[in-house]
This record gives sequence, C-alpha cells and structure tokens, in this order.
Amino acid sequence: MPDAKEIIAKRAAKELKDGYVVNLGIGIPTLVANYIPEEVEVFLQSENGIIGMGPAPEPEKGDPNLVNAGGQMITVKPGAAFFDSSLSFSIIRGGHVDVTVLGALEVDQEGNLANWIIPGKLVPGMGGAMDLVVGARKVIVAMEHTAKGKPKILKRCTLPLTGIRVVDMIITEMGVFEVTDKGLVLKEIAPGTSVEDIKKVTEADFIIDKNLRIMNI
Amino acid sequence: MDKVINLEKAISLIKNGMTVMIGGFLGNGTPELLIDGIIERGVKDLTIIANDTAFPDKGIGRLIVNRRVKKVITSHIGTNPETGRQMTAKEIEVELVPQGTLVERIRAKGAGLGGFLTPTGVGTIVEEGKEKFKIDNKEYLLEKPLGADVALIRGYKTDRIGNTVYYKSMRNFNPIMAMAADLVILEADHIVEVGELDPDIIVTPGIFVDYIVGRG
Repeated sequence: MPDAKEIIAKRAAKELKDGYVVNLGIGIPTLVANYIPEEVEVFLQSENGIIGMGPAPEPEKGDPNLVNAGGQMITVKPGAAFFDSSLSFSIIRGGHVDVTVLGALEVDQEGNLANWIIPGKLVPGMGGAMDLVVGARKVIVAMEHTAKGKPKILKRCTLPLTGIRVVDMIITEMGVFEVTDKGLVLKEIAPGTSVEDIKKVTEADFIIDKNLRIMNI
Repeated sequence: MDKVINLEKAISLIKNGMTVMIGGFLGNGTPELLIDGIIERGVKDLTIIANDTAFPDKGIGRLIVNRRVKKVITSHIGTNPETGRQMTAKEIEVELVPQGTLVERIRAKGAGLGGFLTPTGVGTIVEEGKEKFKIDNKEYLLEKPLGADVALIRGYKTDRIGNTVYYKSMRNFNPIMAMAADLVILEADHIVEVGELDPDIIVTPGIFVDYIVGRG
C-alpha cells in the first residue's frame, strides 16, 4: 500500500491534461510532478519567473542560479522561458494557469481556503498563494485528510483565509471531493475506505455522488 | 558616460533610515556585494522592500540577522526564522503583501500609475482598510504604488551605461525595481563596453540605472 502522500500526488497528477500550464505548490503538490504520465506534456510554471521547469538536477550538476519558488535547484526543459515577477503574476492572475495544486491548513464546504498563517504560531506569509487561488482556472487542494487526527475539511475555516470560494477540488488519501453550488460532493473514495470512515474525520457536510467511484490511482 | 563606481562609493549613497528595494527571490538574484557593503559600513534603520527575507546566511536575510532593518514589506518570511523571531519580539515591523500585488505595486510606481485593481486578497485580511470596486460583477481591491529611495538590483551582463540582461531565475523582481526608486544601483556579474550587447535582447534599458558596481 503506497503512503498517503503518494496516493494524493498520483491522483492529483491525473487532473493534468496535455498542454496545460500548471503551478505546483510546496510539499505534496511538488510530488505531483513525479506522476505525470509520459504522454502528457505540461508546462510547469514557477512564481519566480519560469515556465517549462524540468526535474531536479543530478547531485553536483545543478546551477545555483536556477531555482524554483521553493529555492530548490531545478532544470528547465527545451522550450522553457524566463521572465520577471510582474509577468509571472500576469500569467497567474490573468487566467493563463490552467491548474494550480496547493496544500492547505483548512478548507471548507464553500471552497474557502486557509493555508498561509496560524496567528501567534506560524506566520510564513502568503507568498504567491493569494494570487494563484484567484487567478488559476482550476484550484486543487492536495492534502492529507486530517492533521494529527483532526479534520481539515471543515464547515467553515477558522484560520485567516487565503481566498474565498476559490477551491474547485479536494484530493486526500481517502477520497476526492468537488466543490459545487450545492456544496461539497464526494466523487471518489480510496480503495479500502468507506463513506463512514470519511464521515468520521470530515467536519464538513458533503453529498455522496450517485456515481461514487473508487479513486483512480 | 560611465556609470561604473566602486562598492565604497555605492554604499556611501545609502543612508540610515532610507527605504531600500532589493531584488532577488530567496537570495537568488540578490546583489550580495551591496548587502556586504551595507553590513560593513554600518547602515541601519532601513525599511526593506523585497519579495522575501531569504535565509539567515543568504541575501536579505543577512540584513535581518545583522539588525539593519526596522521594517520589511514582503510576501514571505517563512524561510528565515530570525525574521519571525524579531517580529514576535517587536524588534522589527513586518508588512505582508501578496507576491503578485507586491510586484505590481512596484511596477505601478515605476510606470507612473496611481494604483491598480486586483482580485487578489478579496475576502481576506489583505482587504482591510482598502477601497473595493465592483467591475462587471467581480470584486477588486485598490492597491497603491510602492516606491523607494534606493533600489539595489542584480544584473548579469551590463554595459557601462546600464543596459542589462539577466540570467535564468535571477531576474525576478530586479527589472521591476529598476524602474521604481529615486536611485538605482546595479550589481553586475559582467561589465561590457557600450555596443557589445544586442539592443534586441536588453531587458532593462540603461536609462533606469544610475550606478553600476562590478563583481570581481
């Protein structure tokens, strides 16, 4: 059985279609790049001014002046382009990013997202997250279902928000939800997991899709 | 015209209490020599405008650790625990701005605009104290321009009048900040003669650059 992070990353990778411009956040979202099928070519965008990112370089072969938005050395694919931060955020805010995959501290049944601050405890700053959630055509939250057993999918976020009604899809190791006008809809369920299992660790109300499927990983 | 000066002269132009924009993204594309100069010469009480506060031993992070900063306007401090510690201890003021809004505020200043409307931050604490506008049924925040006394930027190849090209991911905020400060000092990896750079590939025209400091 693969671990939770691998299940989440593999499933999120299936949302990426050929030709998409994609921005991956830090943590589990970064792992998504490892599971993009060979026949699917996507253009990975990085906030610091890159489109066409490739995999990490071999050890000792990296260029310290070529890093991603997390500061890690990366490579670029043939056809890549570099640009300044203003253009980078024009790409993001202007709707030119097809999908962004982000982590979350909390997400709620209205599609609100909190992922940048725990007041008094952790104040990293929002970086580019607030721009990504309003600008990307599709916002996918890829995260573990709970934090130390506590639900992260809530009726209403309690932490300061990153964006309001911005999340389109939530992928966890237990299942896949879509955020719709009617509320949260459980579309897929992980092998070996029951709806009851999910209800126990989900505070949000959700509808069970009439075509509920086993998660495709 | 030759804008190349030495480091000492460049640092003498930066005074205590000034507002200073510094290019770079997590230290990548930051003018490290100019930061060395600020630390060595004892310039302090600076307000820094930068994407992030990098790492304790790299980039703008070194100014924080060496206590040269009284306020920082930035999008991210998470990679430098010292910024968070000084903020909690109320030794430094931190103003957090979404990254795309930060760079566009700087661009607005350089482009002579009174501000711009962005959907970023609507419904979050970022909207506090800001005017909201509804355009075609979508809500936007009015964000105002952001300038500085000095911009310290890093270029890769620069001719002696400041025409500049950048290298890979080192570009980030540098070309934007070059337009938005009263005084612009560029640290260049390579200085070439006027005419050596193809005008078609120039990213920052030399008119934006006041002084150039070479590395090595």
